[in-house]
Amino acid sequence: MNIHEYQAKEILKKYGVRIQEGIVADTPDAAVAAAEALNASTGTSWYVIKAQIHAGGRGKGGGVKLAKNLNDVRDISGKIIGMQLVTPQTGPEGKLVSKVLIAQDVYYPGETPTKEFYVSILLDRATGKNVIVYSTEGGMDIEEVAEHTPEKIQREWVDPRVGLQGFQARKIAFGLGLEGKAHKEMVAFIASLYKAYNDIDAALFEINPVLKTSDDKILAVDAKVNIDDNALYRHPAIAALRDTAEEDPLEVEAGESNLNYVKLDGNVGCMVNGAGLAMATMDVIKLAGGEPANFLDVGGGANAKTVEAGFRIILKDPNVKAILVNVFGGIVRCDRVANGIVEAYKTIGDIKVPIIVRLQGTNAEEAAEIIKNSGLKVYPAILLKDAADKVKEVMAAA
Amino acid sequence: MSVLVNKNSRVIVQGFTGSEGTFHATQMIEYGTNVVGGVTPGKGGTQHLDRPVFNTVADAVSTTGADVSIIFVPHAFAADAIMEAADAGIKVVICITEGIPIKDMIAAREYLRGKAVTLIGPNCPGVITPGEAKVGIMPGFIHRKGTIGIVSRSGTLTYEAVDQITKAGLGQSTCIGIGGDPIIGTTTREAVELLMNDPETEGIIMIGEIGGGMEAEAAYWIKEHGTKPVVGFIAGQTAPPGRRMGHAGAIVGGAEDTAAAKMKIMRECGLHVVDSPAVIGETMVKALKK
Repeated sequence: MNIHEYQAKEILKKYGVRIQEGIVADTPDAAVAAAEALNASTGTSWYVIKAQIHAGGRGKGGGVKLAKNLNDVRDISGKIIGMQLVTPQTGPEGKLVSKVLIAQDVYYPGETPTKEFYVSILLDRATGKNVIVYSTEGGMDIEEVAEHTPEKIQREWVDPRVGLQGFQARKIAFGLGLEGKAHKEMVAFIASLYKAYNDIDAALFEINPVLKTSDDKILAVDAKVNIDDNALYRHPAIAALRDTAEEDPLEVEAGESNLNYVKLDGNVGCMVNGAGLAMATMDVIKLAGGEPANFLDVGGGANAKTVEAGFRIILKDPNVKAILVNVFGGIVRCDRVANGIVEAYKTIGDIKVPIIVRLQGTNAEEAAEIIKNSGLKVYPAILLKDAADKVKEVMAAA
Repeated sequence: MSVLVNKNSRVIVQGFTGSEGTFHATQMIEYGTNVVGGVTPGKGGTQHLDRPVFNTVADAVSTTGADVSIIFVPHAFAADAIMEAADAGIKVVICITEGIPIKDMIAAREYLRGKAVTLIGPNCPGVITPGEAKVGIMPGFIHRKGTIGIVSRSGTLTYEAVDQITKAGLGQSTCIGIGGDPIIGTTTREAVELLMNDPETEGIIMIGEIGGGMEAEAAYWIKEHGTKPVVGFIAGQTAPPGRRMGHAGAIVGGAEDTAAAKMKIMRECGLHVVDSPAVIGETMVKALKK
């Protein structure tokens, strides 16, 4: 689960990680009040206004701006709140901004030059350990750094038996070329950051940039935090931070019916049991000349209710020209799924797109019989190959 | 031969008396698996499905001589169950449970390091050696004893491959569902290696998906050590980057863990790679004739 920058920073601050201070606001008036409060608590007289959406690259889309006085704060906030922010990660339709973070200016001049770094923590799947990834090339797209100057990316693995050790935090601070007060600050920053990551069951921390200020403080200017969905049950306060407005409405609706749905851009919908088979079915659609409109795993307990919910969600996507149902019955009995399809068809009524139904495994023959006798305009198939051919046929006719 | 489980396996079920455990233990017993008992803390000394229930895995092992365990314990307690099985001396631990927190699995995997135990899963359909032992949740009837070993990160997609192999007139030696999570006990390469060293296995089907580097690692190993034809498929050729596709581990994170990148490596390493999951069976038939 992703959370907003302002939420992530609040969590980090609780763990003693120094952050760029800020106050969230959802109207221009609140933004001005936030700026005044920030001026009182930090002394900052310039303010950074940052759109709060779950996507990176906000600066590139005009979602991060500097305001040098309170009038600017009002003007800029007014423009950003309510805008449809398009970034390289949002897709062309962009995302609606409903909140901005009014943050202190941390790039003030001083004794030493400011410097930006990159720090992230994530699971290294190959070793089964958490790894801290760090680089002197902060504030840039890390994928580009990895591609052009991979030697500038360093890694430190954490031994699960003992956790992050002091020498490792020091090694990172030295690796970033820091000395004196800034070095000490970075050591504390890394230690607190890792503690936060571990305590809240995070799946990803990406702090880009981490800033060394002109007076040698180390702080998080941005914070991307992703929490392990499987561990949310033990962090109810964090689970409550979920912002469904950031998710696709169809995906939210599917989640409420316990369906695992991901919206895609294609024209052939699919409903499948099992994640691997669902991905494979999307591939079959593509090979047959269509484009998958979604990923949909109805799970191990597919029945009339889930099938109906699945159909309703797929059919809400206007791009869908055909639907392929692919169920391999193990625990799930195909005859039950077939009955579910017939019922759903009757309840929803007026389904205009052709439906190809491929049921295999437990009670597949009975299921085919049910579909055949239903009189519905459904194309039955038993082999995956036949299903692919039917998709091809339907797409050619469409 | 066959690998991991066979007719001599003495199997216990952790989470025996729960609904999942009861349902699948019943199916396993019907299939002919030698289920010797189960574990549910607090219910030791009772009987369930005509078999003894124990409070701890250690009790179960000392009384029944169990060497294989299958875990249906809920996700919050499953990593603990894995470690308990390993501590009690179980040789093969098969964890079906889905949704175990990453942090718990990091600890469990670390705990298992250096111990003489093989963990399969979690978040997997289990392992079956047709005609001998079904230690998992797969439908038994689609399998047939034979010579093709199957390794897969997916459940139903494995059944698809099994079904095609059976319909092609071949059968399976052992099918290993290694699981769809980011941290699993046995990797694709390790499972392929087991089957490559099994004299009863004549061909291997390797089914992967987007995310991680396990299939590439297995492919390089096969290039060096392979002695049998391997048919490979990667699910998720059409999956968009950065989106999790059902399985916790199925997410494209970079250029190297896309389906296309993995399939390219697999082809270069001499595997028979199929673009469509519908032709896995016929491709294996052809590969065996070469």
